[in-house]
Amino acid sequence: MTTFLWVIVPYICLAIFVVGHFWRYRYDKFGWTTRSSQLYEDRLLRWGSPMFHFGMLWVVLGHFLGLVIPKSWTSFIPEGIYHSIAVVGGMLAGVLALVGVSILIYRRRMTGPVFSATTPMDKVMYFFLGAVILLGMVNTLSSSGAIAVGDGHYDYREGVSVWFRSIFWFQPQPELMADAPLSFQLHALVAFILFALWPFTRLVHVFSAPLGYVTRPYIVYRSRDARPGAGVGTRAPERGWDRPELQRK
Amino acid sequence: MRVMAQMAMVMNLDKCIGCHTCSVTCKQAWTNRAGTEYVWFNNVETRPGLGYPRGYQDQEEWLGGWTLKNGRLNLKAGGRLKKLLTIFSNPKMPKIQDYYEPWTYDYETLLGAPAQENFPVARPYSLISGKPMNVSWSANWDDDLGGSKEHAVKDPMLKGIEDKVKFEFEQTFMFYLPRICEHCLNPSCAASCPSGAIYKRAEDGIVLVDQDRCRGWRMCITGCPYKKVYFNHKTGKAEKCTFCYPRIEVGIPTVCSETCVGRLRYIGLMLYDADRVLEAASVENDHDLYEAQRSVFLDPNDPAVAAAAERDGIPGDWIEAAKRSPVRRLIQDYQVALPLHPEYRTMPMVWYIPPLSPVVDVVKDTGHDAEDKDNLFAAIDTLRIPVEYLANLFTAGDVAPVNAVLKKLAAMRSFMRDINLGRNPNEEIAAAVGMGGEEMYEMFRLLAIAKYDERYVIPTAHAEQAHALEELATDCPVGEYGGGQPEALGEGAGRPVPVAVENFAMLQARQTSDSLENQLIGGGSKQGRVNLLNWDGIGVPEGLFPSRDGESAQTRSEEPS
Repeated sequence: MTTFLWVIVPYICLAIFVVGHFWRYRYDKFGWTTRSSQLYEDRLLRWGSPMFHFGMLWVVLGHFLGLVIPKSWTSFIPEGIYHSIAVVGGMLAGVLALVGVSILIYRRRMTGPVFSATTPMDKVMYFFLGAVILLGMVNTLSSSGAIAVGDGHYDYREGVSVWFRSIFWFQPQPELMADAPLSFQLHALVAFILFALWPFTRLVHVFSAPLGYVTRPYIVYRSRDARPGAGVGTRAPERGWDRPELQRK
Repeated sequence: MRVMAQMAMVMNLDKCIGCHTCSVTCKQAWTNRAGTEYVWFNNVETRPGLGYPRGYQDQEEWLGGWTLKNGRLNLKAGGRLKKLLTIFSNPKMPKIQDYYEPWTYDYETLLGAPAQENFPVARPYSLISGKPMNVSWSANWDDDLGGSKEHAVKDPMLKGIEDKVKFEFEQTFMFYLPRICEHCLNPSCAASCPSGAIYKRAEDGIVLVDQDRCRGWRMCITGCPYKKVYFNHKTGKAEKCTFCYPRIEVGIPTVCSETCVGRLRYIGLMLYDADRVLEAASVENDHDLYEAQRSVFLDPNDPAVAAAAERDGIPGDWIEAAKRSPVRRLIQDYQVALPLHPEYRTMPMVWYIPPLSPVVDVVKDTGHDAEDKDNLFAAIDTLRIPVEYLANLFTAGDVAPVNAVLKKLAAMRSFMRDINLGRNPNEEIAAAVGMGGEEMYEMFRLLAIAKYDERYVIPTAHAEQAHALEELATDCPVGEYGGGQPEALGEGAGRPVPVAVENFAMLQARQTSDSLENQLIGGGSKQGRVNLLNWDGIGVPEGLFPSRDGESAQTRSEEPS
């Protein structure tokens, strides 16, 4: 069971993540979009979306520091200081993301047009995304000692982080995860499932963050021949969220 | 000097009867799909009025286009960093209610109603939420000054002249303004696109959205001051007027021009100096923008320009087409066409001949001779309305160019009356507006009776690039994804069908004729299209194999017919 959960599942999920993105990019560039619903509603979006997105960017940065950078590299920072920075930063980011995603989910459910533009895949994705964020908050709180999970203090940088890095060295150490508290285990597991879903959801837009905009010239000129045959109306691929007719209830 | 060619349009507003045929045919051709119900690549507005979307011209509100800051051109809605920081929620995007909530009717109730005493009613249903709704706005709700006391008074273009404009029915004036994408020389939508998906085609200057690159960040919608980039709410991508490029490429006019009942649209090439666009868009005074933009255009009759154009890769027949371009004649030679809102500094390329008819109507109503040049000249000078209103639309508020254009049109009216009545043409009339009699007659011909091939001078895209043209569609668009037919059987089988209106006729011809050869309107043939699934195995249809002399069906189809 340990091997299955902490070796096989992560590798399957990561494989789906990588191959799935490659497949989606190759076969469904047209579907590669944020699928913004701002046209329908923007009073809630105005608050929820920036809170969630900036919160998440912060969360990702925190995970990078905590998971990718080995503990020894930051040994010059006293343990106590590092810990409080991580907890305070993590809490702030987590609360921001959590409030943001709550607003967004409320908006998605309660705003008629937004709800009817929601696909089943969106709902699945929201479930896992919400679960990951909630479990992450639980872990942050338990690290801060605010709530007790398992038996006392757990240093994820000697457990989860090492396991996470070991996956990428292809020498997985599943026993580290088996010893982790349940909330950490669940957080990691749900996160990997989310990774597996990622290429098939609107989350792909993360990988088209338009950083090139900062350096490119304002006006883009392109020759007709640059991509032969590719034009606006030629192909009409079916999207999962396309509804052929007005759905009336 | 870097010479570039731009496909441009001029609309003669005096001839627009506001029939909306252009809008309807455009919609049928391009935006009759789910997600684009509210999208009008072409719309016709009654002026004075709110336009579509409501009040789009108020850039203090919508922040479209460019603005001059310390002598430098900046996007009014904010530069690159601000765009990236606000990417999660565009602070200045129109809501669907600023356009209108698209709807359909519950036709089922009508069709399925049993015999009954009362007529069944088809109720409107929202195409956004699917719920029953009250229709309270649309793309031309204030058509023909409908509800003008409530709506037209809010027209942003009436700023400063509110007291002069009367909305009493007998005293008001109105005209129609058909609008498509301006295909600007300095497009702020393209500049606003974080993904770089909106581009200006190097060959003909048409501004397009690459649907594969658009990621739905929505900044272009704010960026365009004309609000002519729309968000397809089903696909999550931006869409805009394409200047019917598949038609233009094979030498036929856009759908809106083709179907225009008043024949008021002109299409032709403009050559311009791409190196001078930014400089011209950055002139200090808004009033100078009209002349600045004119100064960017190049005269193809000038041998130096023709040589430079050739050097910059513009084909010879395109230079010839630029010489014959009706658009160039109206903008540069006769100087009767004006740009729409030059103060947005995007260097728009759909220009307008302002309407003289509101002035004529006033003169006629006073019982004076409305074809007498002196009466008309006096009216243009004394009537602040509609001249100032027109100036707000076409010259950033500068009445001088509008006056000059209206006087030319008035002079033409008087000049032609003499000819029509069999009298000797009066050269003095033409001279009063700085034109010669011959020139004035030529202008009359172009404005009044020019035939199809004079109104639309559209050089075809080049045959050596024919495989890439949309209308010919000999390239397999799925080829880049590994080839294969998109669908094995049924209507979608075979090669993708190109997007022009002529499809219908073509399809019919293909179904009813024995021959596999179909002539395209712009030349070339559809030879070489064989759907193997329809092949009964008997005989060898033409195009199944390359012909014996090694010449393939494709190369034959590229030969000009």
